[in-house]
Amino acid sequence: MDIAFIAQIFPKLLAGLPLTLLLAVLSLLGGGLIALGLSGLRASSWIGARVADFYVYIFRGTPLLIQIFLIYYGLAQFPAVRHSVLWPLLREPYVCAVLALMLNDGAYTSEILRGGLRAVSTGAIEAARVSGMTRLTMLRRIVLPLAFRQALPAYGAEITSMVKATSLASVVTLMEITGIARAEVSETYRAIEIFLCAAAIYLVLVTVIARAVDWLEQHLSPYRRPTGARSLA
Amino acid sequence: MDESLTLLGFGPEGWGQVLLNGGLMTLAVSACAFALGLGLGTLCAWARIAGSAPVQRLAQGYGVVMRGVPDLLVIYLFYFGGRQIASAVAKQFGHVGPVEISGFAAGCLAIGLLSGATQAEVLRGAFHAIAPGTLEAARVTGMRRWTMFPRIIAPLALRTALPGLGNQWQSVIKESALVSVTGLVEALRAVTVAANSTELPFLFFLAGGGIYLAITTISGLLFRIAEWRSMRGQAAATGRG
Repeated sequence: MDIAFIAQIFPKLLAGLPLTLLLAVLSLLGGGLIALGLSGLRASSWIGARVADFYVYIFRGTPLLIQIFLIYYGLAQFPAVRHSVLWPLLREPYVCAVLALMLNDGAYTSEILRGGLRAVSTGAIEAARVSGMTRLTMLRRIVLPLAFRQALPAYGAEITSMVKATSLASVVTLMEITGIARAEVSETYRAIEIFLCAAAIYLVLVTVIARAVDWLEQHLSPYRRPTGARSLA
Repeated sequence: MDESLTLLGFGPEGWGQVLLNGGLMTLAVSACAFALGLGLGTLCAWARIAGSAPVQRLAQGYGVVMRGVPDLLVIYLFYFGGRQIASAVAKQFGHVGPVEISGFAAGCLAIGLLSGATQAEVLRGAFHAIAPGTLEAARVTGMRRWTMFPRIIAPLALRTALPGLGNQWQSVIKESALVSVTGLVEALRAVTVAANSTELPFLFFLAGGGIYLAITTISGLLFRIAEWRSMRGQAAATGRG
């Protein structure tokens, strides 16, 4: 192992970290909104529920890479898209990557949210209704916090999987960590050192996030603290 | 619309055969990677259940690393890293210049290793779901470990593990699309080639999505049938889930 080379490659790769994080944060935010929208749709009517199911089925049944390609390369097939006001945006690989990551994350997050909502006991909802809360207050104060707490471990896994998924943005020329690594390899042909360094960065990032979610989970379950027993799920 | 159908069909103008071959290649890569992952997962689960402390830590470390690194990066590492090693070895024998390695092998190895980490967790969970009394009974009747594994442990654990393994198979199929970066002509690569030469990217990437959706849907159904069959005769006998 060539220490000098690694010392030189690390800062170069770290320069891609802000973009990796930005992609992850934007797609998680957008995905979260889509997931909320999908659960609203699910609750609205029978048809709404089928539409939401179909959305989830499509996005979970196909690879993310094909979703990125479909948006980045595919939309350009239509002259109407190329001549629309949105074209300057849709031409950007950055916008397309975030859009695909968002749509994909929305499908997975909505399933996690559904699991969390199912775990809210009817007793809690009854109690809230009896104490005179409106639907919105109940949602904000009772249902969503309880569902969030329940869904947190699964959502933590989704956060880390999104951070890893941002690496696919490199395939449409974005220079985040993986993109920089790929470019450096084609320049120096030292694939093993460079990709291992990049992997180490992701590993640290994912570990930090997983720890943070664990801490939040502990923090949000004070009733579990005395026994010290961790989640059985 | 008619034109699209011709392009997607099996006629002389159509790309049907190319797409079909790509789909079959996706299945082949996925099957090899999944089998490798199942082997590795079983070994790791065994290591974590019955291994000595260092062996347990090793298996645990493997899991942490594999679950913390992007799939694409692992494929790159195996494909380009493999090429780097192969070139270095070839140089020792007097060959100059880059050496090509198989995208299929690199892809299977990478995805197999990734999937093995998750399959290990599924199998470990399934082992712990076996009632301790069952294992005790087997031991009391004088079974040795090597008899217990195929007769008691594997059938019971696999039944519990089936849904988890089904999920893993689905994600292996989706991960196999990433092997297209090595130039292997699986489904995604096939539709990319077709999209470029016809200049109809939307149509062909949509068709590609259709291929994956068909594979994941059909295999999902097959796994559900397998689950149902494996539970025959004991639907409600045990409350284990």
